[in-house]
Amino acid sequence: MERPAGRVCRLKVNGDVRECALEPHTTLLEALRYGLGLTGSKQGCDKGDCGACTVVVDGQPVLACISLALAFEGRAVTTVEGLARGATPHPLQDAFDVCGGAQCGFCTPGVLMSAWALLERNPRPTRAEIAQALSGNLCRCTGYTKIFEAVELAARRMAAVGESS
Amino acid sequence: MSPRARSGAGKAGDADGMKVPEGRHMPEAERLTPPAWPGGRSAPPSGEFAVIGQRTRKVEGLAKVTGRAVYADDIQLPRMLHGKLLRSVHAHARILEIDASAALALPGVHAVITGRDLPTYYGIIPWTEDEQALCEEKARYVGDAIAAVAADSEYLAEEALRRIRVHYEVLPAVTSIEEALEHPERQVNEKAREGNVSKHVHLEFGDVEARLAAADETVEAEYWYEGSTHAPIEPHCAIGDFDATGFLTVISSTQVAHYLHRDLAKVLDLPTQRVRVIQPVVGGAFGGKSESFSLEFCAAKLSMLTGRPVKILYTREEVFYAHRGRHPMRLHYRTGMRKDGTLTGVDARIQIDGGAYSSFGLVTTYYSGQLLTAPYAMDAYRFDSTRVFTNKPCCGPKRGHGSVQPRFAFECQIDKLAERVGLDPIAVRRKNFIGANARTVNGMRVTSNGFLECLDAVERASDWRAKFRRLPYGRGLGVAGSMYISGTNYCIYPNEMPQSGVQLKLDRSGRATVFCGASDIGQGVDSVLALIVAEELGLDLRDIRVVAADTDLTPVDLGSYSSRETFMVGNACLDAARKLRDVIAAALAERWGCRADQVTLAKGVACSTRDPHKECMSVKDAFQAAEAKSGTLGSVGWYQTPKLGGDYRGGTIGASPAYSFTAHVAEVEGDPETGFVRVVKLWVAHDCGRALSPVAVEGQMEGSAYMGFAEALFEQHDFKPAAVGHGPGIHDGPSLLDYRIPTSLDTPEFESLIVESVDPEGPYGAKEAGEGPLHPSVPAIANAIYDALGIRCDRLPFHPPRVLGLLKEGDARARWEQARRQRDGVAVAAAR
Repeated sequence: MERPAGRVCRLKVNGDVRECALEPHTTLLEALRYGLGLTGSKQGCDKGDCGACTVVVDGQPVLACISLALAFEGRAVTTVEGLARGATPHPLQDAFDVCGGAQCGFCTPGVLMSAWALLERNPRPTRAEIAQALSGNLCRCTGYTKIFEAVELAARRMAAVGESS
Repeated sequence: MSPRARSGAGKAGDADGMKVPEGRHMPEAERLTPPAWPGGRSAPPSGEFAVIGQRTRKVEGLAKVTGRAVYADDIQLPRMLHGKLLRSVHAHARILEIDASAALALPGVHAVITGRDLPTYYGIIPWTEDEQALCEEKARYVGDAIAAVAADSEYLAEEALRRIRVHYEVLPAVTSIEEALEHPERQVNEKAREGNVSKHVHLEFGDVEARLAAADETVEAEYWYEGSTHAPIEPHCAIGDFDATGFLTVISSTQVAHYLHRDLAKVLDLPTQRVRVIQPVVGGAFGGKSESFSLEFCAAKLSMLTGRPVKILYTREEVFYAHRGRHPMRLHYRTGMRKDGTLTGVDARIQIDGGAYSSFGLVTTYYSGQLLTAPYAMDAYRFDSTRVFTNKPCCGPKRGHGSVQPRFAFECQIDKLAERVGLDPIAVRRKNFIGANARTVNGMRVTSNGFLECLDAVERASDWRAKFRRLPYGRGLGVAGSMYISGTNYCIYPNEMPQSGVQLKLDRSGRATVFCGASDIGQGVDSVLALIVAEELGLDLRDIRVVAADTDLTPVDLGSYSSRETFMVGNACLDAARKLRDVIAAALAERWGCRADQVTLAKGVACSTRDPHKECMSVKDAFQAAEAKSGTLGSVGWYQTPKLGGDYRGGTIGASPAYSFTAHVAEVEGDPETGFVRVVKLWVAHDCGRALSPVAVEGQMEGSAYMGFAEALFEQHDFKPAAVGHGPGIHDGPSLLDYRIPTSLDTPEFESLIVESVDPEGPYGAKEAGEGPLHPSVPAIANAIYDALGIRCDRLPFHPPRVLGLLKEGDARARWEQARRQRDGVAVAAAR
């Protein structure tokens, strides 16, 4: 027996408006992963401790695992799947790949979203500012060094593109 | 051979007298011998390396950063049910009755199973099989699994768990080493031969008492190594899918697909050939996914009962109960040194808190002594290690399995002795260097050894000479060294088959597919396979597909544990790739009328060294030429270790075809008023033989150093004593908030210094890098705290209450000043 579906509501994710059946207790992470098939956002703790579920809503990083999906109706949600432009990875994604910023890769989607929100508001952050912005994203593989280097490389590259255009 | 290196004649005593000899004597049967090539394993195939040693991307890197990589919980199968486990609320309790009728009556609940449904005992070590997928008679820790349900959704499965009634008879529990030994009648694990002793090992090499008596200085101290857990960010997840033909597929976030394959067949009573294990992308493991867990058996059994796929995803809380993390150890050391800094004798007594089951504990108990005998030579060595069962989640292999704890104690001992004899701690470590091509006191063969270069590198990079014992009060430097295995010399279950196999298929399109059972858990072994194929066959990395860790599709590799993957998988892959390279070279040599050894394959081009402009074609055309001459292109490669180890019982445990070496210097800042210690920087020098992928090697060094730093200052896998409202053995905080792992703000700067000793038997000379660089973090930080504050942190973690307590215990400042004066004395003596 399937549970009775809740209300059908519209979520605006990565620029697409998607319909999804939600119950009052459905979290944004459940809606993304299991309702919309956007499995890039990860569940590491399901209680807001690890940051693997981080998505960006209206420019702010949000912990999707402790956010109720219904509260996000009509708001612009960006997930890791929404960073790339078509088949071209976002400079942050490319920098993480080049620098070895992702080892197991499980924290990476959340880290990328926090880093993206940072660069959107602060295009040339210091290392201390990067560390501060990523302090809600636990990484167990890298020791953070290569994550910091990747964010710095992306910022440099994005600034160079900005200057040349 | 170092003049002080000698082989050890050991005498082994064994309290529990296992029937089957573990760590058996050298096997009589001949072993397979891997092929040898002109120029050896370490030489590049075509003059110079094209991709090896370059800062390359990982093969799966872009999939991970774009969110496309598929992890176990990302997989949804049609008609899939969700499973949940009911867990014991008591640390020690007899299970009298389980009534699941109310759960089964709930619409949407499809099956409930208990211990009776899966009675077969299993365990990663064949002679200590003491676990059941669900406890049948008794629960042994808070969180031990006792029933499982399958339902339409996770919510419904949770609701079903609440409706299962369990009648327990609560038993007295033991939650510490002392309690376990004082109360043998409160037996935790009935498979123990006596009381609560899980394993006892006593080994002695040389005359320890005589050598200690011959020392000028002896230091005796007791150390406590706190337990910690892996906490991979991905929780364990498994999907069982039993089909109508009687074939079981299990998709699991495991790091040992092959061992899981065997265990599933055994526990579910299925023919091994009707079971398939698939490892999808795994989100971190660190040893925490290196054996079979309740969820894999239960997902499979529930699927067999319902005829539908069943997924079980552990909650974060359950990951803490699955555990298998760092064993808490009490370590008592006596270490002797002569005035010139030469180590004489080492005597260790070690007690190990194992938790409720054996896991890898037999090996842990050996490793607590066997892996200490390099990089330093010692005249005589004895260790006596006892692992006990307690009513807590089971400990097992966490990164640096079994040897991180004794290494901490031992490197602190060396620091104390160096001060006693008035020598610089780096100089003392150099003095006792065992050398390359040496044999340790316990009979281990050491080949390549870059430890001196590691010491040089950290001494130089940290500006040690200007800073050690010279910084103002509150700031200091410490050093430590270590060694680690590049894989174990023997498979966990006795057999003489290869430890790693690779199949390689070349397509006439110019594409290669490499099949291997290897387990990539983020460390990059899939990329190692691709790098080696690219190097040998001249391919672009993007033109190679890696198919890994699928027991139906890939030849056996034993998995990702004991730092074996690069060394063993790499060697197997080298074997497969060189076989095909020879076929291609022969075809082109015939076509061009040159010798086969004049054919090179690099960067997409095949040519002869004789006339590279005329005798030249694309690698794709070369594949086609070879296929036309020799038929369809495919090969197999494999690796098996040589027979190694000491000729005594247990003498093969710790034997490895190659050892990595590491040195760290830590710089710390300690606040004498708050007891807060901050690590300013860790310099990490690691001899990995050759860095096949420097980005990946640095990542392993930094990640290891981070994990050691975290254990030193933060992490405590601890349990509450009994209190009003609850019994003993409740986890102190099974969440990523309460269990304190360092964030980006807590973590120090790391500087990775790669040392390449080029191992004669490693693939292109490579050795391990994934675990060795964790070891020295902890003692280097402890020794740096002494330099900064004048206190010896012999107990982990070095958090503010402990540091403050030590500062109040004695006159730390006076000890600190005396250490400074002594250093000045040493400098004066050296100047004369």
